[in-house]
Amino acid sequence: MTARTSVGSVLPLRVKPFLDADNTAFWTGGADGRLMIHRCRGCGTWFHPPAPVCRACGSLEVGAEQASGRGVVASYTVNVQPWIPGAEPYIIAWVELAEQPNLRLTTNLVDIEGEDVVLGSPVEVVFEQHPDGDVWYPLFRPVDGSGK
Amino acid sequence: MTVIGERTAYISGLGQSAVGRNLGRTEMSLTVEAITNAVADAGLRLSDIDGLVTYPTGGSGTAHGGFGGPSPAAVQDALGLELDFYSGSSDGAAQLQALVNACMAIATGLARHVVVFRTVTEATAQGGGGRRGIGAGTAAVDGAFQYILPFGAVSAACWLAPLARYHMDTFGLAREQLGQLAVVSRANAQLNPRALMRGRTLTLDDYLESRMIATPLCLFDCDIPCDGATALVVSHVDTVADCPHVPVQVNALGTASRGRPSWDQWEDLATFPGRGPAAHMWERTELTAADVDSAHIYDGFSIITTLWLEALGFCGTGEAGAFLDGGKRISRDGELPLNTDGGQLSGGRLHGFGHLHEAALQLRGDAGDRQLPTQPEVSVVTNGAGSTVGCALLTRGLT
Repeated sequence: MTARTSVGSVLPLRVKPFLDADNTAFWTGGADGRLMIHRCRGCGTWFHPPAPVCRACGSLEVGAEQASGRGVVASYTVNVQPWIPGAEPYIIAWVELAEQPNLRLTTNLVDIEGEDVVLGSPVEVVFEQHPDGDVWYPLFRPVDGSGK
Repeated sequence: MTVIGERTAYISGLGQSAVGRNLGRTEMSLTVEAITNAVADAGLRLSDIDGLVTYPTGGSGTAHGGFGGPSPAAVQDALGLELDFYSGSSDGAAQLQALVNACMAIATGLARHVVVFRTVTEATAQGGGGRRGIGAGTAAVDGAFQYILPFGAVSAACWLAPLARYHMDTFGLAREQLGQLAVVSRANAQLNPRALMRGRTLTLDDYLESRMIATPLCLFDCDIPCDGATALVVSHVDTVADCPHVPVQVNALGTASRGRPSWDQWEDLATFPGRGPAAHMWERTELTAADVDSAHIYDGFSIITTLWLEALGFCGTGEAGAFLDGGKRISRDGELPLNTDGGQLSGGRLHGFGHLHEAALQLRGDAGDRQLPTQPEVSVVTNGAGSTVGCALLTRGLT
């Protein structure tokens, strides 16, 4: 069964986050093609989900910075059950970003079939805009040459 | 010297309602049946009960998916109870937090006979349709769910399947090994009159051929929604002379949260957050994993049980596949009998309280046709995964 893997086709309509001061950079960075991840200005630690405090050192001097958008597939599943009728199958992945070990996002993989996904393989971010136009979802696709 | 206050408490009574699919009964009807059975089993009257605790609380009854039964206040009012202590919450050490709260109420002297209950009506709530995704119909999500649900990860199956994939790819866990949990649970269910799957056998081939839910987890890796209520009476040990049967003591609780309390952010993909409470529990007892005679390990999904087996030290990290291989070790006559009532995989999703009930019943020696051939003296119970985990060690008799 071929998974839905084109940007804009994976899910019929994605639920939207409630935007606030902590999460707006993450959910809107895609407008400029930028993956915005929180980072501590004191100790340099990246962290996700975003929060107003560094979970490594307790500093309040934190904020979103542009990450490379590169990472690897830490693990994944091909979801087959029609929780959202008509959407299945689609690939849910945990992507570890290149910036730091265990800096991880839950996301969807696109432009690759489920049977071709390999743990540790390199991926890069691509954004999907909500039809309302105010939220951009970071999805990931194989880095050129690693997928089919 | 660490105070092990939970040993002030013992399980004096056990009760269940009817358990089934689409029973068409209200959550209060099931709850009252379980509680009155438990109180009678303890040799007590409702007027003796001075504490009432549940997981989660009201607000998620049949009209809202059937995940939770009535609130303590609703049950207190229905039964006309006079209470010195009551609590209902989904926070804490998973469903076992209700037991923890009862133990704390007893250890502090706030109450002496606490009813602990858990009611589900998920089968009736789902009716003929399938399970809906979490957040379905929601306008906007916040908190940790906002980083998961928009990607179609709308069931715990989607949050746990990547851990199963990781275990398979990293340690060689095979579906034939994971499937032993489903097969052995199904065999155990044949001896439990309340088990949903009594009368329906399951072979390893049936498991291997079943449809996928979220790869590599298939249908039989998932538990079965049901209707039912479970209740316990937890009492102060100084009442034990009045207990009409073998007391079951709470030897140690595991309530810790160590590491990131999260379904997708837990640091080590080879393990899971159950490591915290498992270590905490062993820190609070002189007993060890080698002393455990029966295990009642949460099985909302089979991979959860696998990760708990490793967390509790029954085998090393990555070794659960070999531990489960062939199924003999976890069978009724194996070295670690597991989920002897059929668990949630074949008994029904009583959501952790089935495990607690069965552990206590086996320790008492009152499990009827499914009583283990060698009387257990020590049993372990675990609940939960991801951001909500807890465990308890129970013993036959008081120490």
